[in-house]
Amino acid sequence: MTFMPDWLAPWLEGLIAFLLVTGGIFAVIGALGLLRFRDFFQRLHGPAKNSTLGVGCTLLASMLFFWLQTGDHSGRELLITLFLMITTPVSAHLLTMTGMHHRLRRTERTQGEPYELGSERDR
Amino acid sequence: MKRLLPMPLLSLLLFAIWMGLTALTPGNALLALVLALLIPILIRRFWEPQPTVHRPLKLLVYVIVLLWDIIIANLEVSRLILARRREPQPAFVLYPLSLTEPFPITILASTISLTPGTISAHLRIHDGTLLIHALDIEDTQALIDQIRRRYEQPLKEIFQC
Repeated sequence: MTFMPDWLAPWLEGLIAFLLVTGGIFAVIGALGLLRFRDFFQRLHGPAKNSTLGVGCTLLASMLFFWLQTGDHSGRELLITLFLMITTPVSAHLLTMTGMHHRLRRTERTQGEPYELGSERDR
Repeated sequence: MKRLLPMPLLSLLLFAIWMGLTALTPGNALLALVLALLIPILIRRFWEPQPTVHRPLKLLVYVIVLLWDIIIANLEVSRLILARRREPQPAFVLYPLSLTEPFPITILASTISLTPGTISAHLRIHDGTLLIHALDIEDTQALIDQIRRRYEQPLKEIFQC
C-alpha cells in the first residue's frame, strides 16, 4: 500500500462495506419476490433483475478489496459481470418459453392473451 | 480486411476475455491477439453473417444507458416487491419489431430482459414481433414507444439496418 495516501484507505473500506451490504440487500429482495408474486411469469422478474445488481455490487466490492489488499488489478470480476449480462436474459427467456409451453396459470389481472398460452383470440 | 477480420466484435471480445483471465504481460497480449484473429477465421462458417458496427461511439453510449437502466430496473422491481399493498398489473405485450437482422434483434431482446419490469418471452420471427411479459404496466402503447425510442432506434443507427 504505497501508492495511496493514508486518508483514502478508510473511505475505500467504507465504500467496500457499503457495496457488500447493498448487494446483499438486493439479493434478499430478489428472493422475497419469489414469495410475493402470484404467478410464474411475475416471479421470474425478481431473480432476473435483482440478481444482476446484487451480484454486480458484490463483484465490484471484491475487485476493490483485492486491489486494496494485494495490489492485484486483474479485473476478473468485470468478466464475471459480462458473462452474467449475457447469460441472464437467455436463461430468463428460456424459462419463460418453457412456462408458456406448459401453459402455466397466470393471474386474472394479466393483460393480453398471447396464442402461446393457448388463447384462440390472438391467432 | 473482411477476410482477415470477419467478426470484429467477436475478436474484440475474445481479446478482452483472454486479457482479463491472464496477467497483463506483452506475451499474453500477443497470444490474445493471435487467438482473437485466428478463432473467428476458423469458426466463421458456423456463424450467421454478422452485421458490422457502423457507429462505435453510439454503441458505447448505448452500453452506458443500458447500465444505468439496469440500476433503475433493480430499484423499481425492489420497490414493487416491498410495496405489499399494491398488486402489480402484469401484461403480455406484443412488440412489432422494425429490426430484421438476427444479431441486433438478439441484443434488443436481451436488453428488454435486463431493463425495468420486462422480459422478452417469445420471438415470433415469422411475423416480426416480440412477445414481452411486463411486470407492472398500465399503458402498453407507452411501453412500446419507450422501447422503440430508447433501444431500437439507437440499435438501428449503430448497425445501419
